[in-house]
Amino acid sequence: MNLSKILKNGFIILVASLVLTACATQKKTTGQLQGDVYTGSDSVEYLASGVPDRVFFATNEIVLTTASRETLRKQAAWLRKNSDINIVLEGHADERGTREYNLALGERRANSAKDYLMTYGISSNRISVLSYGKERPVDSGSNPLAWSKNRRSVSVKAN
Amino acid sequence: MILRYLIILLILLPIKAFALIEVDITRGNLNPLPVAVSPLSIDEKSKNSFNKILKKKNIGVEIAVIVENNLKQSGLFNPLNKDAFLQKPDIANLKPRFEDWNLIKAQALITGKVTFVDEKLRVEFRLWDVLAGKEMMALAFTTVPSNWRRVGHIITDKVYERLTGENGYFDTRIIYVSEKGPKTNRIKKLAIMDQDGFNNKYLTLGNELVLTPRFSPTNQMVTYLSYFKNLPRVYLLDIETGLQEVVGDFPGMTFAPRFSPDGKKIIMSFAQDGNSDIYTMDLENRIVERITNHPSIDTSPSFSPDGKYITFNSDRSGYQQIYVMNNNGKNVKRISFGNGLYGTPVWSPRGDLIAFTKLHKGKFYIGVMRTDGTGERLLTENFYQEAPSWSPNGRVLIFYRETKTNAKGEGFSAKLWSIDLTGYNEKMVETENDASDPSWSSLLSN
Repeated sequence: MNLSKILKNGFIILVASLVLTACATQKKTTGQLQGDVYTGSDSVEYLASGVPDRVFFATNEIVLTTASRETLRKQAAWLRKNSDINIVLEGHADERGTREYNLALGERRANSAKDYLMTYGISSNRISVLSYGKERPVDSGSNPLAWSKNRRSVSVKAN
Repeated sequence: MILRYLIILLILLPIKAFALIEVDITRGNLNPLPVAVSPLSIDEKSKNSFNKILKKKNIGVEIAVIVENNLKQSGLFNPLNKDAFLQKPDIANLKPRFEDWNLIKAQALITGKVTFVDEKLRVEFRLWDVLAGKEMMALAFTTVPSNWRRVGHIITDKVYERLTGENGYFDTRIIYVSEKGPKTNRIKKLAIMDQDGFNNKYLTLGNELVLTPRFSPTNQMVTYLSYFKNLPRVYLLDIETGLQEVVGDFPGMTFAPRFSPDGKKIIMSFAQDGNSDIYTMDLENRIVERITNHPSIDTSPSFSPDGKYITFNSDRSGYQQIYVMNNNGKNVKRISFGNGLYGTPVWSPRGDLIAFTKLHKGKFYIGVMRTDGTGERLLTENFYQEAPSWSPNGRVLIFYRETKTNAKGEGFSAKLWSIDLTGYNEKMVETENDASDPSWSSLLSN
C-alpha cells in the first residue's frame, strides 16, 4: 500500500469520527440501527470470549464506526495474543446493489477492516481478504434491518 | 460444436416479389402482423424415419410450432390458430390459394416441406405475401436430424429478416447462472439453453460459487467468475471441450469479465487493497494491460462493437455512475447525469445505445441511453433487477429480476426476463430453476 492511500484512509477515519461526533445527538437510534448501521448482536459470533467476529457498515460505505473500531481493537489484541492464528476477512454487501459493484464493495469493506487491524500491529501476511459481494447474506429479509446485518466484514479463522 | 455439424446449403430461389408487407419495428408490438405458419409437409417415409431417430411423431408440425412460438415471443407477429387453416400443408407449399389465407386475415404465410435424405434432415420453406399473392422468399437447407430445433430457429431468423429488414436473433443461446437453495446459501451452476428455453444443460456441478458468465462474440468460449478453492478469479471455459483455465495471474480477486468484440481479449476488474481497476488480457500473447488507475471502484466494463471505446461504472464522483473512455483508458467522460445510481453499462451491438441498471429511490430500472448519455429511456421498473444483455441484433434485452421476501424472509426468487427495446413485450423467460446473470450469444449461423 502506498503512502497516499494510508493517508487517504486515515483521513476518512478522521473525518468519519468528526462526523459521528458531530451528529451523535441527531443520529436516530431505532432499535438495532444507528443511522443505518447495525448495532445489534443478532448473527454476531465470537472469535473468543468478548471478541466479536464482525463489523457493520452504512449503505454504500466503507467507513468504520466507533463500535466497529472497538471490535477490531479487540480482534487485534486477540490476534497479538494468538500469533499462530491467521484470519480471512470476508467482506459483504447488501442485496440493493449490482452484483459486480458489490463484489468490489465487499473487497473494500474487508480491506477497511484489514487496514485498521494493521495499524494495531497485525501483520498483513496474517490477514487475507475475500469478498462475497451480496452472495452470502446472513439475513434473507428484504428490509432495512436485514440489509444492515448483511453489510459486514467478518473475521474468520483461517487455520 | 453443433455449428460444426450444421451443413447449411442455402439455395436462394429467385426473389422477384416486391415487398409489400413490412413490419414496423420502431413502435413495438402495437399491431402485431397476423401470420399463418402452416405445418411443414412431410411424406410418410420421412415421418417414420424422423420418428425413429427423434421420437417425434410429426417433425413437420413440431418445426412449425417452434417458428410460431418464436414469432409470437418477438411481440411483432400474431401467429394465427391452425384450426382455421383451410389448405393442406403440401398443397399450400406448392401454390397457396391466397383467397383462403386472406379469409382468415393472414397477411404473411409460411409454408414448407421436410424430408429425410441420406440420414439428414432437408427442409425447404417459403414466405408468401398473402395480399399481393406473391412469393417473398424461398430457401432450403440440410442438417443433421438432431438439429431440428435449430431448423425452426433458422427459418424464423430468415422470415424475421425478410419482414423487418433487421437481423434475427432466434438461432442463439443464453448462458446464465442457475440458482437453488436458501437465499443465505445459494447453490449456483453455469447453465446454457437455447434462446427459447429448450436444450437446457448444466456446465458446472455447483460445488463452487459461479457468477456472471459471458459469451464470446466469435466462438464457443465463455468467461465467468468462479470461487474455485475460495479464490474468486475470472475463468475461460471452452463449452465445446469443457476445458477451462484461469485468466491471468493476479494476486487478488478478478471479476466482471467480458470479451472484446473480436473475441481476442478479456476485459475485467482486478481488486487489490480495497481498490478495483479495469484490466485487459490478450488471450493470444497473454499480455495484461492496466486500463484505469483510480482509487475508486471501476468495474462492469463493456467494449463498443468497434472495439475503440469502453463503457464502465465507477464511483469516482462519490456514487456509482456510467463512464465512457478510449480503449487505452484515456479521455474518461462521465455520461450518466440523471438522479440515482447507474451501473452495469453494456454497449449495444448496433453501437448507438448503452443499456444499464439504475437505482433511484429504492427502485431498480433497466434503461437505455445514447453513448453520450443523452436520450435516457427507462424500460422497466421493479423491486430488484439488473445486468441487461443484448440480443445479437440489438433489439431485445435479457436481464434478471429478484423478488422481495416477506417479513419472515421467505419468498425469494430470481428469474430471467426479456424486454423489447421499445419497452413493450416484457416477458419472463422460463428456466428449470431460478436463474440470474444471463448473457446472449451471437447468431450461431449466419
